[in-house]
Amino acid sequence: MATEKSKQFDDFENQIAGESFVEGITEEQRTKFFSRNEKGITTGTNEKKEIPDGLWVKCPECKYTSTTMELKENLFVCPSCNYHHRIGSDEYFDILFDNKEFTRLFDNIKSKDFLNFVDLKPYKKRLEDYWKKSDLHDSLSVAVGNVEGLPLVVACMDFEFIGGSLGSVMGEKICRAADYSLEHHIPLMIVSKSGGARMMESAFSLMQLPKTLGRLSLLADAGIPYISLCTDPTFGGTTASFSMVGDIILAEPKALIGFAGPRVIKETIKKDLPEGFQRSEFLLEHGFLDAIVDRKDLKVTLGRFLKHFKN
Amino acid sequence: MPQYPNRQFLDFEAPIKALYEEIEVNKSLAENNSNVDYTGIVKQLEDAIIAKREDITANLTSWQKVQLSRHPDRPYSLKYFSKIFDDFTELHGDRNVKDDKAMVGGFASLDGETVMVIGQQKGINTKMRQVRNFGMANPEGYRKALRLMKLAEKFNKPIITFIDTPGAYPGIEAEERGQGEAIARNIFEMMRLKVPVICIIIGEGASGGAMGIGVGDKVLMLENTWYTVISPESCSSILWRSWNFKETAAEQLKLTSDYMSQFGLVDGVIPEPKGGAHWDYDLAAQMVKDYIKPLLAELKEIPAAKRIRNRIDKFGSMGFYDEA
Ligand SMILES: [Zn+2]
Repeated sequence: MATEKSKQFDDFENQIAGESFVEGITEEQRTKFFSRNEKGITTGTNEKKEIPDGLWVKCPECKYTSTTMELKENLFVCPSCNYHHRIGSDEYFDILFDNKEFTRLFDNIKSKDFLNFVDLKPYKKRLEDYWKKSDLHDSLSVAVGNVEGLPLVVACMDFEFIGGSLGSVMGEKICRAADYSLEHHIPLMIVSKSGGARMMESAFSLMQLPKTLGRLSLLADAGIPYISLCTDPTFGGTTASFSMVGDIILAEPKALIGFAGPRVIKETIKKDLPEGFQRSEFLLEHGFLDAIVDRKDLKVTLGRFLKHFKN
Repeated sequence: MPQYPNRQFLDFEAPIKALYEEIEVNKSLAENNSNVDYTGIVKQLEDAIIAKREDITANLTSWQKVQLSRHPDRPYSLKYFSKIFDDFTELHGDRNVKDDKAMVGGFASLDGETVMVIGQQKGINTKMRQVRNFGMANPEGYRKALRLMKLAEKFNKPIITFIDTPGAYPGIEAEERGQGEAIARNIFEMMRLKVPVICIIIGEGASGGAMGIGVGDKVLMLENTWYTVISPESCSSILWRSWNFKETAAEQLKLTSDYMSQFGLVDGVIPEPKGGAHWDYDLAAQMVKDYIKPLLAELKEIPAAKRIRNRIDKFGSMGFYDEA
């Protein structure tokens, strides 16, 4: 169990360091399961690499093996133990929006290496590699559509893109999503899935906290609901900003959610962390979540909230 | 302020230490040779120390500036409270869990005008460093800070925060009590405060822990401080997979006051006494006071709603990206 856990920490930190693509995606790290399927929307430039339906996927929790088709039908939740596999923005949009119909917004905003940041690899090169190997523009996508018949703007992270890290593009897109909500009087939801700050953007990354919260305060003034959904993992800059100030804060089961990463805490206090520490159930118990929602109930639950806000 | 021989010297301050030692030698020579006048040479050496202080800070690497921001003799928040203001009256507790000793605050008088001052506090000796938790606040520290800010807002008092933290505390209880939520809430609420807010980074400005009291109409940095999303050490360990690249990480992060001001991420840099604030607390405090007084007067002229909108727009413009 200890090695399992530390393996998990390694994956977590490698992703934040933006290494998953460089070292090749392992089965457990893979978050993309199926292709974009937007009705009535043309996104000519995006040719998706589809994973064959017959591929076998092993559940990292219970080792149950299922086909991708079986998993897809089950919304990427393990049929045996209810483990919620990490999925990306395309999958969430398909799961949430009625008839899988939605309009993508602000895809024209791209990251840039303003600081000429070089660690083991230049940030510029890192970005180029991601753009080459993935059809994602950055670590957050925005779309608008109907959920149970009511309009909702959804800003959703992709852990696959540099660990879902919070940089200038995520900050700007969240602000524009909020502006869109404000302009059209549509509630906003942010789906968080992030290891934390994009270190390669240094202080610019940190400034996305006040930047996004400033915009969300305008939504609050206008009485427009803001829902936060925390998924595995939600950490650092996201937790210390928009993820934790929702009018409603939801989480998927067993998602790892916290401010400081588990390894940092462990090294600081020099003690083992309690079982279930920083999991959704732990946060619910301590009063930081409104509810834990299974992925299969997510759409209906959101619909209920949207109705309550409206009526 | 500690005086030689109680001063502590960083590696790159060794030439200054050597000059102090030379003064001591001359002083003891003077005691044994009453017929020779040593005052001239001692004065010369004292001048050389001041020149050397200036010399050293003029050519520091980013990492050395980080070290200077953590200098053990550097003045902390309470020192500035007592030297800039009169009648500092400390307030305690978050009215919920406890009184976090890593976060201090209270009313104070700035030349007769009451303001609310808040800041992280580091300990001045081994025992106090433990008590102050090395300036790493828990959620109750951020909630205490927010309580004081709301109090200031209620009675229309400007707020001045002093930032000096290696980060918000990473611990089990901190997570149980919602460290992330506490910081997020503070940032959200500070954005909407109806009173003028000035934030000053006086030492370390580490990430969310700093930002938790860091949203202001004017955000200022002392000359020898740093402010960014992660410490150079942690950045090295995550991005370079080793603790040995902290100097490189510090360079890459461009975290010093000159860069931050150049990027427009802070509104100004407050100069420090030659060699750093730890050489002269009175002068350091005076320089801060001289800098913030006219700014505060300026901010008070702006109507509250406009000030809030300016604050939101200022932070709203921060970031870099391409737009196709
Ligand atoms: Zn399973």
